[in-house]
Amino acid sequence: MDRFTERLADFDVSYTLTAPDDVAAAIEDVTTQPAIGVELPDGLGDLPESVETDPSPAELREASTGVTEARLGIADYGSLVLPTTADGVEPISLFPEHHVGVVSSEDVVPGMADALADLGECFRDASGSAVVATGPSATADMGALVKGAHGPKTVHAIIVEP
Amino acid sequence: MTGNARTTKAEHIRHLLETEGDAVAANTQGFNDGRYESVADLEDYEALKEEARAIKEDAIERLPDLVDELREAVEENGGTLYLADDAADANRYVRDVVADVDGDSVVKSKSMTTEELELNDALEADDVEVVETDLGEWVLQVADEAPSHIVAPAIHKSRESIAELFTEVFDPDEDLETAADLTMFARRKLAEKIVDADVGVTGANFVTADSGTMALVTSEGNARKTVTATDTHVAVAGVEKVIPSVEDLAPFVELIGRSGTGQDITSYVSLLTPPVGSPTLDFDADETGPAADREFHLVLVDNGRMDMREDDDLRETLYCIRCSACSNSCANFQQVGGHAFGGETYSGGIATGWEAGIEGLDVAAEFNDLCTGCSRCVNACPVGIDIPWINTVVRDRVNRGEDAEFDWLVDGLVPDAEPAGLDPQKRLFGNFSTLAKLGSATAPVSNWLSDLSVSRGLMERFVGVDRRRDLPTFQRETLREWAADRPPVRNPDRQVVLFPDLYTNHVQVERGKAAVRALEALGVAVRLPDVTASGRAPLSQGMLATAREHATDVADALVPHVEAGRDVVVVEPSDYALFQREYERLLDEDRYETLADGSYEVFEYVYGLLANGADADALADGSGERVAYHSHCQQRTLGVETYTEAVLDDLGFDVVTSDVECCGMAGSFGYKREYYDVSMAVGEDLATQFSTDETVDRTVVASGTSCLEQLDDLLARPSKHPIELVAP
Ligand code: SF4
Repeated sequence: MDRFTERLADFDVSYTLTAPDDVAAAIEDVTTQPAIGVELPDGLGDLPESVETDPSPAELREASTGVTEARLGIADYGSLVLPTTADGVEPISLFPEHHVGVVSSEDVVPGMADALADLGECFRDASGSAVVATGPSATADMGALVKGAHGPKTVHAIIVEP
Repeated sequence: MTGNARTTKAEHIRHLLETEGDAVAANTQGFNDGRYESVADLEDYEALKEEARAIKEDAIERLPDLVDELREAVEENGGTLYLADDAADANRYVRDVVADVDGDSVVKSKSMTTEELELNDALEADDVEVVETDLGEWVLQVADEAPSHIVAPAIHKSRESIAELFTEVFDPDEDLETAADLTMFARRKLAEKIVDADVGVTGANFVTADSGTMALVTSEGNARKTVTATDTHVAVAGVEKVIPSVEDLAPFVELIGRSGTGQDITSYVSLLTPPVGSPTLDFDADETGPAADREFHLVLVDNGRMDMREDDDLRETLYCIRCSACSNSCANFQQVGGHAFGGETYSGGIATGWEAGIEGLDVAAEFNDLCTGCSRCVNACPVGIDIPWINTVVRDRVNRGEDAEFDWLVDGLVPDAEPAGLDPQKRLFGNFSTLAKLGSATAPVSNWLSDLSVSRGLMERFVGVDRRRDLPTFQRETLREWAADRPPVRNPDRQVVLFPDLYTNHVQVERGKAAVRALEALGVAVRLPDVTASGRAPLSQGMLATAREHATDVADALVPHVEAGRDVVVVEPSDYALFQREYERLLDEDRYETLADGSYEVFEYVYGLLANGADADALADGSGERVAYHSHCQQRTLGVETYTEAVLDDLGFDVVTSDVECCGMAGSFGYKREYYDVSMAVGEDLATQFSTDETVDRTVVASGTSCLEQLDDLLARPSKHPIELVAP
């Protein structure tokens, strides 16, 4: 966990450590409106009221914050592994300028190989997809490093400790 | 090459150096420094590279089976796999897909393979609007320019020039000045295009046969949007991108960003098993729909790759993961970028392999000479491709296919096993052994002759030797002649055979004498064999048959000594590297191994003697003398430059070492008229490092012949081989 939080910081991702019961409040603290999100899986707590689920494409484009679960955290890289789901983790974590990713501390694996071992099974069995997201989107194509190219400018991780 | 072609090429390169050189240098050198830092953080970098290499070797070996397995997986997932023979076939397929969904707009994320296919032109011919969403690619699309780098396509453009371009083309309301302004402007413009698009086209960095998963390594998020916002996804990838399993992605994901731009990892590694499971997004009707409405087509492109797979020398090219390390670590690329050092699509060292395999030898021939064989890319390549060897082989093939022109000038003077049509410049430099012998035999007349402006003019015109360069000064007494009169060492501890390479024997004789004196002072008997030409010169010109002849002569002369328990010591680092690396390709395995194991770079050997109890007092005392040392590129690739530093340090010298990848001279390269400017531009970095307050009054030493010649041209003060400092 220390390695994970250290690496999150290396990649400019802020974070909160919290218990499941306090997840809604923790999200509220780092969310700007309008906010959209997906219902969190069991054990990761609840979304606050202010976060809309099931956004329309227009809401997707207008939202300022997107709140989603992360399937895994990767300690070595400070990465959040965002699953592709029918309720829209991928677009909701991508279109808004601020992404809040919620991950269980129990799902933080040490390295890249561990993450791919987990994903390999899921991809073969259920043809799933995922994005290994590390820090905000970025580009150096305009003559200097800029955070926030096509994707989020800022990322916040909420680490849920059961 | 004719004199005129040389002039045109020289002008083209000079123009690029002036217009793009600074931006390219700043970016590539930044990436290269980042690579060194980022891989240093890995616990087991070498093991990861070996793992990556092994996966690629296995995948290419089993490629047809893996494609079958992949097809099954893709179809089971609900997608289609199309294996396209060539560019026309692939383009036709993609056009049909777009037409089938009545698409009139396509958004694309970055894909070199689609550039190879010229897919945009094919779609535009059907009146389909094609928009590149990678910001760098989009800048080039707006500017109508070609990429100058395989990963960061617009590195030749400065922020100012992009601001100017946008202002001129879009006439925006706001002032665009900072990189952030430009990025946000582009983001807004492209967001509109993305939500309007019918079809999303991506590349794929890797595709796994077990599950039909593709990995896309990106930073901006445009590939994610391209896939998510469109219902129809077409992925286009070279057929070599298939690897066995999802788990096999691990070493590549860890290496690709570090090797390329020096990032531990890029922002996004999308692992997509398409059609992806996100809801569809209809921005016009403001509705979402079920993921089941998504369509996916994987287009795997052959376009020459399956033939490369059968080609023993080009096959390694297919292991390439297009990370760009071989561009960024290349001293010449750092100066000229991909607009000079590149072909139709690909650029940098490995582009020779890609362009030769995909486009043909003629395209590869246009830029292949910019690889000097310095070998700095070899350790940088995450899949261990011997990139210089691919360049050498292609050069050899080009030589064999080229037309004759001024053969008469060098024919007869330099008999060799090369084809009659060989470029006379290559033949001249490749047969340096003949010239060197003649040079010493007739010195000083040969030196006066080569200095006469008339003969320099002729040489420039007919063989392209730049007249701004000083030619080597041949010594009347060769090293071998000098050594013949040495009194024998009594009761020697060891027996050494010192390889009297051409330069040490004929030109830089003083460093050879110093090596003999130093070794003898340490209790070693030294003899000089009757062989001087290693094959380095012909090898660098792509004259493989001649190089092989020389290698065989060297092995005939040296292997018996090694078998008799004598050690081979080499002064010239490029020849030492040859014994260790390229001879593996030129000799039979046994003799190669015997010679490689039995030979040592001179300082490596001195270090070993001192470590085994030889008396350091027998050598010169450094007494704090301040020294600036430039090691040799190939020496650094083999990691033996540390011995020179260690010995100098031990003896009390105060040493600083340069950290440029190469001096820029690289054998004959810097003598060639068409490359003189690049060579000097590369050398400038070295000259700058040796002209700071800290270094400007230090004694300059360098291990390589070429480096010494380059330093002589760059600096006002003289330079010498470090062995001359320590010899008694
Ligand atoms: S040859 Fe090696 S270093 Fe060059 S781009 Fe390919 S993988 Fe990278």
